[in-house]
Amino acid sequence: MSHKRTLALAAALMIGASWAQAADLRIGLAEDPDVLDPDQSRTFVGRIVYTSLCDKLVDITPELEIIPQLASEWEWSEDGKVLTMKLREGVTFHDGEPFNAAAVAANIDRSQNLDESRRKSEVASITSTEVVDDLTIRINLANPDATLLAQFADRAGMMVSPKAAEAAGVDFGSNPVCSGPFKFKERVQQDRIVLEKFADYWNADAIHFDTVTYLPITDGTVRLANVRAGDVDIIERLAATDVASVKADGNLKLEMAVSLGYQGITINVNNGDRSKNPLGQDARVRRALSLAIDREALNQVVFEGVMAAGNQAFPPTSPWYSADYPIPARDVEAAKALLAEAGAENIEVELQLSTDPVAQQVGQVVQAMAAEAGINVKIVAKEFATQLSEQTAGNYQASQIGWSGRVDPDGNIHQFMTCEGGINDSKYCNPAVDELLNAARTSTDIAVRKAKYDEAEAILAEDLPIIYLYHQTWIWALAKKVEGFVPYPDGMIRLEDVSFAE
Amino acid sequence: MSSATEIYETEPLAPRRRSRALAHLLNNPVALFGAALVMFFVITALLAPLLPIPGPAETDWAAVRKAPSAAHWLGTDEIGRDVLSRMIWGAQASLLAGVVSVAIALGLGIPLGVMAGYRRGWTDAVISRITEALLAAPFLILAIALAAFLGPSLRNAMIAIGLSAMPIFIRIARGQTLQVMTEDYVESARAIGLTHGAIIWRYVLPNIFPPLLVQATLTIATAIIAEASLSFLGLGQQPPAPSWGSMLNTAKAFLEQAPWMAMWPGIAIFLVVLGFNLLGDGLRDAFDPRES
Amino acid sequence: MLSFIGRRILIAIPTILLISVFVFFLQKLLPGDPVLALAGEDRNPEILAFLREKYRLNDPLYVQYFTWIGNALQGDLGISLRTQQPVLTLIGQKLPVTIQLALMALVIAVVIGVPAGILSAYRKGTWIDWLANILALSGLSVPNFWLGIMLILLVSVKLGWLPASGYQPFLEDPLQSMRTMLMPAFVLGTGLAATLMRHTRSAMLGVLKSDYVRTARAKGLSETTVVVKHALRNALVPIVTVVTLLFGELLGGAVLTEQIFTIPGFGKLVVDAVFNRDYAVVQGIVLCTAVAFIAMNILADALYRVLNPRMRNS
Repeated sequence: MSHKRTLALAAALMIGASWAQAADLRIGLAEDPDVLDPDQSRTFVGRIVYTSLCDKLVDITPELEIIPQLASEWEWSEDGKVLTMKLREGVTFHDGEPFNAAAVAANIDRSQNLDESRRKSEVASITSTEVVDDLTIRINLANPDATLLAQFADRAGMMVSPKAAEAAGVDFGSNPVCSGPFKFKERVQQDRIVLEKFADYWNADAIHFDTVTYLPITDGTVRLANVRAGDVDIIERLAATDVASVKADGNLKLEMAVSLGYQGITINVNNGDRSKNPLGQDARVRRALSLAIDREALNQVVFEGVMAAGNQAFPPTSPWYSADYPIPARDVEAAKALLAEAGAENIEVELQLSTDPVAQQVGQVVQAMAAEAGINVKIVAKEFATQLSEQTAGNYQASQIGWSGRVDPDGNIHQFMTCEGGINDSKYCNPAVDELLNAARTSTDIAVRKAKYDEAEAILAEDLPIIYLYHQTWIWALAKKVEGFVPYPDGMIRLEDVSFAE
Repeated sequence: MSSATEIYETEPLAPRRRSRALAHLLNNPVALFGAALVMFFVITALLAPLLPIPGPAETDWAAVRKAPSAAHWLGTDEIGRDVLSRMIWGAQASLLAGVVSVAIALGLGIPLGVMAGYRRGWTDAVISRITEALLAAPFLILAIALAAFLGPSLRNAMIAIGLSAMPIFIRIARGQTLQVMTEDYVESARAIGLTHGAIIWRYVLPNIFPPLLVQATLTIATAIIAEASLSFLGLGQQPPAPSWGSMLNTAKAFLEQAPWMAMWPGIAIFLVVLGFNLLGDGLRDAFDPRES
Repeated sequence: MLSFIGRRILIAIPTILLISVFVFFLQKLLPGDPVLALAGEDRNPEILAFLREKYRLNDPLYVQYFTWIGNALQGDLGISLRTQQPVLTLIGQKLPVTIQLALMALVIAVVIGVPAGILSAYRKGTWIDWLANILALSGLSVPNFWLGIMLILLVSVKLGWLPASGYQPFLEDPLQSMRTMLMPAFVLGTGLAATLMRHTRSAMLGVLKSDYVRTARAKGLSETTVVVKHALRNALVPIVTVVTLLFGELLGGAVLTEQIFTIPGFGKLVVDAVFNRDYAVVQGIVLCTAVAFIAMNILADALYRVLNPRMRNS
């Protein structure tokens, strides 16, 4: 009898023990991700979830080098128009389907041809795919495309199970099936997304959590309060102004990485009638505005110096940053002189920005600084959705907006600065710039590309269709017990080798 | 916050009772305290340009988010502006929002309500259905949708709040008009051939005035909170002009580092709204002495 | 009674149709293109065109309206552009959350408001009455989003007693669920408690003066019996009505509270949807709230008639 009871007790203890060991990592996100289909997804925050859910063909290092993930090696043809990739062996999707060359072909086809695909422009250079053998795929391009590997390091390179994708069609996102370290368990909109460990993951030894739960907590203060209280283990996008208090908190750790993107003021130079004003028509006025702004002071006042001040499409820390054009020092007198030269003293400029409080702070600091040079900035706050549509329609003079950034430099500049660029809302058009940026995207020689970007910057620094202000820094706050976290400039949270301290 | 839906209807008043109501009000210390609170904020707001304070948009980058001190009595904000100055200038925005939006609600609500009550028939049916439809959409959701539609600005927030508050006034004006119309003196006025305009001017309006005044006072309180709520969501007063709601919106991000930024606007909203509520209660008691 | 309810429902139909027209056209007039928010950061024109076609945003407005209302009548409120989920599913997910919040707020409001109202009526003119009135007015005057912020600052950040957010579904862990909802429910409940207290007080005052209470007192019944058995029972009628009405209002009042405590409920859904131009969701929610609100009104009136037979003749 007592023996039996002991056994029962032992069993109960074991259940208790295994409960204790079921490690659940909880991550506080700044927004609720959109649909969980890599081909349809469009938000930054969604990509954070994919990092654990969907492996990509290639990945990046924190220094932005491309490294193998599902593709183990690859090689470019002499003319740069054929990419041959060897695939990792023994990889299966969460539904047990094998990952192979046919699956890659099906994925590229889906990115190109699914009506709802947001990836079309990213894989537009691909003309066809050939399955060479089970684990080798050949990708043929219309023209050399230096950006393709970087696309494969993001959503265009995420591999979904072709069988599941076929069956679910557009609804794939309600039950995504990929091959990443965790598989989809459940999602409650605006509340949480739960993933559980995928036992057959090819790199399962590096994964130390049984489940990972993503909780969208939009309020920054509340997000911080949650990690303080131990309700979540990691939060992303900590407010710059909270950095000091997290540093002082013995129970928390802080990690930071300068992002790939930029924040700046896009100026309407040729997008309809509203460009017909001194700021839009005269580059000297734009240079004056740029000179009136003290970017370091802006960074100090609004972000306590945590962001990276900037003046180009790439952050100063990036290898693509042109050292010939460092961040200009503030020079109010020079700005006034330029304005006088342009006959545009005491002009009024309307600056549209989003209703987000941080955007408003930045706008107000710019406003105060510009006023000293004789540029009267009028701030018009719009909801983000409205701001975007006004910008596309050309119904603005200047718009304070940013770009989340891409691994390949092309993604930060080509679509904005070329005459036919898809998101060129300023409608800046300069054939010389077009030529340089087009050449830069077709060469696979880094030195050649760098030279082209430097040349383009020489022109853009004069013309200033976008006045760059700063580069966001990704900031994470982690519970002390979280070990092995590595900050990446793409802002993702990679869970390989991350664990709780014993 | 729920005072928007508390609707007070009273018996029509004979003119003589109105002076009695005023006397009653003057004898009510609590209502007078409310009036004093309101007056305090009104006077401060009006005197804003004359007071020896820095401009509400004047920045000092050497003094960002500094706690209250001799130099800045209520501290400084996220880009180094004087919070006291912004509080005082912000009072203008809040009071203006309260008064203007209620004026809009009254300006549209009274004619519609009186028309419905006076003409009855299908006019009444149409106006009543629209009123019900508007009342069925939650006040704040309606205001948010309207403000988003009109675009974020203080003026648009006032319009949105005014339109959202309008149905209550239609309802009261209509109900009171219906009641007045059954009175003997209106019957006889008709009999001697007074025009509709004259009847409305002489008999209807004076009699529907007291409950509307009570409701208007209480709705100013609600409207001030609504403006703060919209500004809090980024749909009201635009930078760099201050309003208490938008100050709270930014303050929310600095709760730990600069709690004073969240304290003052909240306290100010509370006090001015309390003032209007006390005054409104006092007015109601004065016009309707049955309870006291 | 049935014919009364039937008549009220008939009158409600044009009202609901009117609301549907309001909300539909208001939505469509909103600046900002829903498809832009949907297309992704690079706003590929090809995708934009495809999405406009797919969601039939190129159709004339009246066609869009009739398609929408036609489907709505068949119980299909459309699909959220943003999350690609049926609006009805979203509402089904969010409604229980807000109802739980509303119920907890209501319980808090009743527990505070009703006894306070009774006490202050019974002790009219004393310091108890005075204090209760001041508190009630304060409850009405404090902006509840500010109260929320202050509570988070005090209770969560400084004291660490309650989580600042982190909604837990009731069925999964009732206790934790109640814990996380306590602060928001309190914030939402204070304003209601104040309203309720004031209504209770005036209802009680009316009853305490009435003949049967005087008769009961004259019969020498104890004060407790008089207050509880006679006064309270009669004062309950208006209180019940107010509670029913308040419940409808709570759905709207939850908007900011949910925003601050990041509770994944109805209010948060609608604010996010307005900001994201998620037409179908805003329309669906406003329509549902309006129907619920009108239903509550009818219920309140019916209840009033049941509880107060004298009303029937008037």
